[in-house]
Amino acid sequence: MANIKLDKLTKSYGDTEVLHHIDGQIEHGEFIVIVGPSGCGKSTLLRMVAGLETVTTGEVSIGDKMINDLEPADRDIAMVFQNYALYPHMSVEQNMAYGLKIRKLPKAEIKRRVEEAADILEIRDYLKRKPRQLSGGQRQRVAMGRAIVRDPQVFLFDEPLSNLDAKLRVQMRLEIRKLQRRLGVTSIYVTHDQVEAMTLGDRLMVLNGGYVEQFGTPIEVYEKPASIFVAGFIGSPSMNFVSATAANGVLTLSNGTTLATNTTAAGAVTVGIRPEHLFPNKDGVLKIEVDLPEKLGATTLVHGRISGAETAFTASLNGINAASTADVLSFDAPPEFLHIFDAETGKRIS
Amino acid sequence: MVENRPFLTVITHAVLVLGVIMIALPIWITFVAASHDELRMTQAPIPMLPGGHFWENFTRTLFGSGLAGNEITPVWRMLLNSLVMAFSIAAGKIVISLLSAFAIVYFKFPFRMGFFWMIFLTLMLPVEVRILPTFEVVANLGLLNSYWGLSVPLIASATATFMFRQVFLTIPDEMLESARIDGAGPLRFFWDILIPLSRTNIAALFVILFIYGWNQYLWPLLITTDSDMTTIVVSIKQMLEAAEQSPQWNIIMMTAMLAMLPPILVVIAMQKLFVQGLTETDK
Ligand SMILES: Nc1ncnc2c1ncn2[C@@H]1O[C@H](COP(=O)(O)OP(=O)(O)OP(=O)(O)O)[C@@H](O)[C@H]1O
Ligand SMILES: [Mg+2]
Repeated sequence: MANIKLDKLTKSYGDTEVLHHIDGQIEHGEFIVIVGPSGCGKSTLLRMVAGLETVTTGEVSIGDKMINDLEPADRDIAMVFQNYALYPHMSVEQNMAYGLKIRKLPKAEIKRRVEEAADILEIRDYLKRKPRQLSGGQRQRVAMGRAIVRDPQVFLFDEPLSNLDAKLRVQMRLEIRKLQRRLGVTSIYVTHDQVEAMTLGDRLMVLNGGYVEQFGTPIEVYEKPASIFVAGFIGSPSMNFVSATAANGVLTLSNGTTLATNTTAAGAVTVGIRPEHLFPNKDGVLKIEVDLPEKLGATTLVHGRISGAETAFTASLNGINAASTADVLSFDAPPEFLHIFDAETGKRIS
Repeated sequence: MVENRPFLTVITHAVLVLGVIMIALPIWITFVAASHDELRMTQAPIPMLPGGHFWENFTRTLFGSGLAGNEITPVWRMLLNSLVMAFSIAAGKIVISLLSAFAIVYFKFPFRMGFFWMIFLTLMLPVEVRILPTFEVVANLGLLNSYWGLSVPLIASATATFMFRQVFLTIPDEMLESARIDGAGPLRFFWDILIPLSRTNIAALFVILFIYGWNQYLWPLLITTDSDMTTIVVSIKQMLEAAEQSPQWNIIMMTAMLAMLPPILVVIAMQKLFVQGLTETDK
């Protein structure tokens, strides 16, 4: 069983602590995505699981065995790097076989595994080529192949798709997901791309500044973001925020607009509304002055400001909308779609 | 610059031809001189076309006693000495530099930077500067008139260490990490990954160092007293001063030609790797 446990993990470089008390339980076969902005410590956390960075305090375990002090090779993991890190002087076949050769597997077994992985990834035709004779996408596959042949307990991915073009990225994303399902190997995947995170992960670990902001399923993270940071980070276009005062089930925005809420929050709060949860209604209470409509085809993004308050707001409307600059649109903001955060701590109230 | 002006083409070609002549002329004269007999070479003007004594001079120089009336070692022996010395120096420098660059780049040990600067300092101590103490050491070790004495003191090399350090620094960290995950220990990583990746640099350096070793003059002159151990570069000079007679140019020039040969062969042999190193872009 390859469940992974992170127990109060911290990492410091000199005096600066870059990861703070990371806790987490990852079940066998789960696909976990670590997501967060650049520099939040995603790679560092992944590399601590891989054994490429030392653990400052806390414990990492795989399959209930503490592995803090094991060499990467002894952890039974495989890692796919952002730049693939293929050995340039070895052919695709040798690249995939290298780890097995060091482990002294019999030649026939190595050959069988390499060919099997090559079939899965459809790279059989390139086995004799050098990495430099392959396209980015093919190199990516070889890097995956190198991970698969090892038949490890855990796959670790560090932004493996970020060097590919947009279309290929979508395709590879699907393949990685299918592959992981098929092999059932516990995986940790690092990305800063929230779409990748939402589509790939069984659960997401949202990191910010070395803290875990939220650890939950994509739906939980989307529907009940634990903090303003998570709310703003997950979802595209990102959530609108406006400050308000809450009292007796009523939210009063700074321009005097009142919105109903079904929470008991009181005092200064920040209200979040996703652009796709603003419903046009000519009697709606929320009035938005349009600055710039963006017609994307399937949807129209209306960028504007709340009338009477200079807070920027974006609404996402179905189809092509005729709104133009300086129009004022009215919207309904139903209470079940409002996210209310403590104005001071940024934590979710309801 | 892709320009299509006939005048410019003529000029560039003229300049290039002139350059080739300037470089090739001395070699041509050497060849011509090596193909005449002794007598012809003492008459003015010196010949510009080859004569008929090339093979005679060749065998006499390579296997015979060389200069007439002067019992010195045959040239093949000196070639061998030079070859052993140049090869040991080049190979030794490369091995030592590879290892020290490996240590400096990939290992954290106390005073790492201290060692690095110590190696750096030796740059300021070329053979000529430390020649007396080095001679003393070599003499005390009883290495005079031996291949060890000829090569070992010239082996330590800060420049090559630097160069390999630079090469290793350009290899992405992920390569090491990937190898670690694959289970390669330090020596395997060195042997399976670093050496193949530095192959072209090793070849380039080998050529440069081989020629450096081949051209050594002062050091071999100092530590070889036995004529069986002299190197070819040293002995050419000695032939010029050979005793009572006027210089036998045909033999001397033949020796000079033979002395040029091995470095040229090394360059030709390594050329393919050079070109590969230039065209193979990504590491
Ligand atoms: N060797 C190091 N020494 C000091 N600080 C470091 C070191 N490596 C990383 N850091 C710091 O640790 C923090 C986390 O780095 P990390 O590489 O994990 O970020 P990341 O989330 O992977 O970012 P990105 O998305 O840009 O890859 C950063 O603030 C970085 O500056
Ligand atoms: Mg990173």
